[in-house]
Amino acid sequence: MTLYERRKMKNRIALAASGVAALIGLFWLLAILGTLVVNGVSALSFELFTESTPPPGSAGGLLNAMFGSLVMSVFGIVIGTPVGILAGTYLAEYGKSNALASLIRFINDVLLSAPSIIIGLFVYELMVVPMGHFSAWAGTVALALIVIPVVLRTTEDMLNLVPDSLREAAAGLGAPKWQVVSHVVYRAARSGIVTGILLSIARVSGETAPLLFTALNNQFWSANMNAPMANLPVVIFTYALSPYEDWRRLAWGGALLITVTILVLNIAARLLTSRSSVRQ
Amino acid sequence: MLLPVVLVLLRKTRMSQHAETVALHPEIQQRIQKQRLLDNVFRYVTLSFALLVLVILGGVIVSLVDGALPALKKFGFDFLTTERWNPVKEVFGARAAIYGTLMTSLIAMIVGIPVSFGIAIFLTELAPEWLKRPIGTAIELLAGIPSIIYGIWGLFVFAPFLQRNIQPLLIAIFADVPGLSSFFAGPPFGIGVFTAGLILGIMVLPFITSVTRDVFETVPALLKESAYGLGATTWEVVWQIVIPYTRVGLVGGVMLGLGRALGETMAVTFVIGNAHRISPSILAPGTTISASIANEFQEAVGDIYTSALVALGLLLFVITFTVLALAKLMLIRMQRNTGART
Repeated sequence: MTLYERRKMKNRIALAASGVAALIGLFWLLAILGTLVVNGVSALSFELFTESTPPPGSAGGLLNAMFGSLVMSVFGIVIGTPVGILAGTYLAEYGKSNALASLIRFINDVLLSAPSIIIGLFVYELMVVPMGHFSAWAGTVALALIVIPVVLRTTEDMLNLVPDSLREAAAGLGAPKWQVVSHVVYRAARSGIVTGILLSIARVSGETAPLLFTALNNQFWSANMNAPMANLPVVIFTYALSPYEDWRRLAWGGALLITVTILVLNIAARLLTSRSSVRQ
Repeated sequence: MLLPVVLVLLRKTRMSQHAETVALHPEIQQRIQKQRLLDNVFRYVTLSFALLVLVILGGVIVSLVDGALPALKKFGFDFLTTERWNPVKEVFGARAAIYGTLMTSLIAMIVGIPVSFGIAIFLTELAPEWLKRPIGTAIELLAGIPSIIYGIWGLFVFAPFLQRNIQPLLIAIFADVPGLSSFFAGPPFGIGVFTAGLILGIMVLPFITSVTRDVFETVPALLKESAYGLGATTWEVVWQIVIPYTRVGLVGGVMLGLGRALGETMAVTFVIGNAHRISPSILAPGTTISASIANEFQEAVGDIYTSALVALGLLLFVITFTVLALAKLMLIRMQRNTGART
């Protein structure tokens, strides 16, 4: 074999390997989604949406867990989003080149990938220990703490995409900075900021670790924010590891619901950004 | 929330020293004053929310240290080196959990890095334009799947599959290889360190791939075209131009993935087996720092037990924070370099 042929051969093998790698990546996505659909669809029923979690050995649904997940996620987003947006605004509008802003940016990026179970421990020490009991509020705060870095990061990125000429034009018309930001910059970056919020909803709706020892779980219907509250991820965790066949089926049903929700949110966020970039 | 008000007042007194040189209509002057005030309020409100990020980090550190103190006082440095984890006798050592965390992450990196790089090479150098977007999106969706889903899938589908097909094979292959035989010693449990590592390997794919892809795209076309012009094959361009050029960024991406793997909780908790011991075989059950916390925290009775688990959390925080911070620094350096070179 000549050197030329050897090089060509090596090239072909390497490129084929990279193609195989891409297939492997796709394979896992399909394998996981496939299993979820196969096991999850058989668990879907009318009762799943109308009844609360059952004791072992009897039929039931996930109504209380869905309600709990929804309530805690909504409150978590409502608390975390404004904080994230305002902090991101500071970094993008006032913190282009100052040391404090760089530090905050750096810490935020680390918090973004930090293990969420640490947030759970933090909120446990912060709220559960002083209050003396687990509560839905503690779960909400834990979720809010996960929302903040996500929203902060996307807000800053999106505000940075807004061309400075827009800011200058508004300032040239005599608008003070706060009006430039709130009337012009926010409006220009709106779809991007919404994307960040959607992604953070997707992120918190599957979070389990921070809820394990903040919101805990609740076998029964409860709308009391000061008491433990059922939520889908923890129910899935408990039920999947239980020896009861009914519980495991419910866990698969819940897993399918969560994954579909998250994929829909992710795809919606993607469509939103691609549409806005086309418009620009 | 008092902070912004104080800061605004401070700034106001400073500004009032600049005397207005042009006499303006009092009403206009009033308006300007009002807008200046609002501007400052806006600035300091956003600043105080940005500072909240630092407060959160500080709070995490303080609360973890505070919660971990009783255990750290009682066990001292031995906490890191003792393998025993006995809630009944209240003797706790983190060694098995540390070993499990490092071992699962190592396995994850061994299987995750080549596949991630392969996907990134495929996406940047090989794939036709129409295929880039769908495949890129699919890989990114892997990152969107919550870790509990990986856990339930790992427990009910992946672990049994490994137990039936892969692990007996590994045990048979390595049975006569000196050095490696105890590493892959049976019986095939299905769940264990090996399975957890493989699942982590899948979970870090999207993170490493997306960073790798981004840094590959920073390579100037001119450089690559020069190499092609000299007759290099696609692979030679990747291996000798693209990878050396992006080295720092690649290491950053790998460490970002490593940070994720070290701290991943729910997926590992499902498949690790939660056994506080270090087995010579990686097929045996073990535990990781995060899995121990997730499994035992609710049931922990007694202050020392809880405190030992919080101490594990502190340890995990220190490890992941260091890895993630290094990753971030490398990526920043990479950005600066490309900025300087182009």
